[in-house]
Amino acid sequence: MTTDFENPIVSLVSRVLSPFIMLFALYVIFHGHYSPGGGFQGGTMLAAAILLVRLSSGSEVAQLQLKRGVGTILGSFGVLIYFGTGFLCLLLGGKFLDYELLARILPVSKVMAHNWGILFVEIGVGIAVMGLLVAIYDDLLEGDPDA
Amino acid sequence: MDLQHLLNLLTIILTAAGAFFLLVGSVGLLRLPDFYTRTHATGKADTLGIMLVITGLIINQGISVNSAKLLIIVAFVGLTNPTATNALARAAYHLRLKPWFKKDKQKKSEKKEKE
Repeated sequence: MTTDFENPIVSLVSRVLSPFIMLFALYVIFHGHYSPGGGFQGGTMLAAAILLVRLSSGSEVAQLQLKRGVGTILGSFGVLIYFGTGFLCLLLGGKFLDYELLARILPVSKVMAHNWGILFVEIGVGIAVMGLLVAIYDDLLEGDPDA
Repeated sequence: MDLQHLLNLLTIILTAAGAFFLLVGSVGLLRLPDFYTRTHATGKADTLGIMLVITGLIINQGISVNSAKLLIIVAFVGLTNPTATNALARAAYHLRLKPWFKKDKQKKSEKKEKE
C-alpha cells in the first residue's frame, strides 16, 4: 500500500541504497562457492533492492527501473539457464549437472569446468529468484488503485 | 604500555560505551510513555550504540579487509536506522496518532482520584 504523503528522506535514502544492495547481492552470487551465500540468497537481495524502490517511490515511478511483465520473463529465463547447463552436460554424454563434461566445450581444465558450471547454475538461480519475487509483489498489487 | 595495550583499552572503552547506549535505548523502548518517544529512544541511542560497538571492533581488527567491511556497515547503519525511524514516526503522524502530553497523565490521575 502506498500512502498519500511524500517522504523525501525515505525515497532519497532508498534510491541511494538500492545500487549498493545490488552490488553486494552480486558479490554474494559470484562469491557463493567460497563463502556463505549463493544464487538464492543473492537473488533475494537483488529482489529486495528492487522492491525497496517500489515500496518507497510507488509502483508507477518504479516501472522505470523494472517493468511489470519483466519479472515473469526473467524468472523463466533463469530457470532456462539452470536447466540448460544441466541438459548440456546430459547432451555431452554425462549425467544431469555433471560439470566435468563442460571441459569438452569450454577451454578450461576439468576442475575449472566444475567452477564455471556451478557459477552458471548460481547465476540462473539468482535471476530466477529475483524475477519471480518481483513478479509476486507486482501480482499482489494488481488492480489496486492506490499502488 | 605499548601500542597494543592502548588499542585494546580503546576497544574496551568504545564497546562498553556502545553497550551502555544500547541498554539505554532498550530501557527507553520499554519505559517511555508513547510511540513517538519510543522511536526517539531507539532511533538515536541504538544507532549510536551499534556504531560505537562496531567502531571498537574496527580498532580491534586493525587495517584489513574485515575492518573495511565493518566500516561500510557503520556507514549503512548510520544511514538506514534513522531513516527507518523517521518513516515510522511520519507514518504514525499522518495516521493521526496523538502524541503524549503531560496533561494526559494529570487527567488520568484526576479520574482515578474521582473514582
